[in-house]
Amino acid sequence: MISVTETARLGFRALLRNKTRAFLTALGIIIGVAAVICMVAIGEGAKARIQNMLEATGTNVLIVLSGSTSQGGMRGGFGSQPTLTWEDLRAIQNEAPSVRTAAPLSRMSTPVISETATWTTTVHGTTPEYFDIRDWAIVTGTGLTQADESGASRSAVVGKTVASKLFGEGVNPIGQSIRIRESPYTIVGMLDEKGQSGMGSDQDDAVFVPMATFGARIQGGLGKFIRGQIYLSAISPQATTTVEQEVTKLLREKHRIPEGEEDDFSVRSIAEMAGAMSATTTTLSALLASIALVSLIVGGIGVMNIMLVSVTERTREIGIRLAVGAQPGDILAQFLVEALTLAAIGGIIGVALGIGAGKLLSAQFGWSLVIRPDIVVLALLVSGLVGVVFGLYPARKAARLDPIDALRYE
Amino acid sequence: MALIELRDVSKIYVSGDTELAALKNVNLDVEAGEFIAVTGSSGSGKSTLMNIIGCLDQPTHGTYTLSGQAIAGLDRGQLATIRNHFIGFVFQSFNLLARTSALENVELPMIYARVPPAERRKRAREALERVGLADRMSHTSSQLSGGQQQRVAIARALVTRPPLILADEPTGNLDTKTSESVMTLLSDLRKTGITVAFVTHETDIAAYAERLLVLRDGQIVRDERTSQQSKEPT
Repeated sequence: MISVTETARLGFRALLRNKTRAFLTALGIIIGVAAVICMVAIGEGAKARIQNMLEATGTNVLIVLSGSTSQGGMRGGFGSQPTLTWEDLRAIQNEAPSVRTAAPLSRMSTPVISETATWTTTVHGTTPEYFDIRDWAIVTGTGLTQADESGASRSAVVGKTVASKLFGEGVNPIGQSIRIRESPYTIVGMLDEKGQSGMGSDQDDAVFVPMATFGARIQGGLGKFIRGQIYLSAISPQATTTVEQEVTKLLREKHRIPEGEEDDFSVRSIAEMAGAMSATTTTLSALLASIALVSLIVGGIGVMNIMLVSVTERTREIGIRLAVGAQPGDILAQFLVEALTLAAIGGIIGVALGIGAGKLLSAQFGWSLVIRPDIVVLALLVSGLVGVVFGLYPARKAARLDPIDALRYE
Repeated sequence: MALIELRDVSKIYVSGDTELAALKNVNLDVEAGEFIAVTGSSGSGKSTLMNIIGCLDQPTHGTYTLSGQAIAGLDRGQLATIRNHFIGFVFQSFNLLARTSALENVELPMIYARVPPAERRKRAREALERVGLADRMSHTSSQLSGGQQQRVAIARALVTRPPLILADEPTGNLDTKTSESVMTLLSDLRKTGITVAFVTHETDIAAYAERLLVLRDGQIVRDERTSQQSKEPT
């Protein structure tokens, strides 16, 4: 056998003679590899985003949602009918041993007015425990206090986005007055930046007021039921399953739900939700990646096709090489290297194109993108493998030619 | 010891039920340095004989010894090595690689003989100088005349310094004047001890040889030594 460099040189020269054809053949591989890289990067990006959400919300956080209703056979979603009571909240706080703390959370989208601007945002009613559950710190001023809650004071804590929308970038909002639904509130604190949630919403675009105030002035009367959710934190991330069981048992007793009946509430842990979401994302990205892989294989068939054409076209050349003493193995290697080079060049261009396309798509649609180097290496290896696998048959065909027949070939 | 020894060599082609004997019990000895013409009508078996001598084909029966090496039973790879080391080929249709310079065409057999690149280039240049193409080395075959292409082919055949050069109708595609110069070139090789065997059906080309083999129906019907001549163009 002749040397590898010699074989590589022969392969390269043959490809350079037919640049257009080589490019078009490589295009199949390019598109396949680009699709794989792009799909995996977007899939990984989505997963990373869910992971971020989990970390931003807290791994030991659970949410209790009001129950579903069945009216005339129609089943509403969770939260369509308030079933959670203030009594339930107190019970969770006091009687569930694995619960560290709990807080109600009600939301309403409404305009907030400062002296200079109006901004429609989500106003939340909650108790001071909520910030502890979410591990959300106050950067300036003070947070909401138990005194605010018991006195139903008109104090408000704002997120960074709201502060800059109402008062301008970098202006300290503490002490400023805002109006929500005709009532004036004084800003007592500003929250640390939390960034985007797992769903892509801006968590800093929020105003928090005491639950008592929210109930009285915004929701209009507190009543027996909590119109919203209960946030709670487990004593440790490992305890979330125990908390789920404790809270479920407790609420079933409180709501007097007989054995065999469905819950009229729902307890969800953030970790569980994130797990379910990332399972969906994984399935979806695996599906996309396998479709992309199919296109890579189709690209490989393109390589095989063109290599077969090339072998036929160059029958006489093969005859000459065999006559002057090329080993069948030399001919095999020459055509194999040609196919491999095509696939490898296609792979390299494909990686670049895939990353470029991923960046473009993520910029366009605001998707996250995670380019894993191991996937890039894997894609290159697979494209090389495709070159070898689909190059082998034409190369063997070339190596098995009879020199006499090959020399006579017109 | 003879360079070429064919003993009782037959080549039988089978197609369906019919067997066609292209060569029948051929015996032949060729000494080193001989200059032989092989003639015969079409279908007489001369091409088959040349293919067997050239190790491009194996005989069905009989033995073939080239330079003391038994050829029968060797596999494709071993035959390729034998061709590379012992035989240079010159074809009627030149068979140069297209879009490849004369120099690289001449280098081709040395690539497979694993001659290092620098040495390869040097020897290819020498071979091209020897066939009178010192000024055409970088020309591709389409930029060369028929006679020049055949000279490149001869340079390619002799560059590995083989003991045997086989030429299959080397002048078949050339005009008379060019044919003469190519034949002169081939007959000059013999002076360096290379054995040259060529197939032709033209008597005036055959007349360059010192020994004439005539084949008919797969057998050698005439094997005669002709007076050594250095034929001048008339």
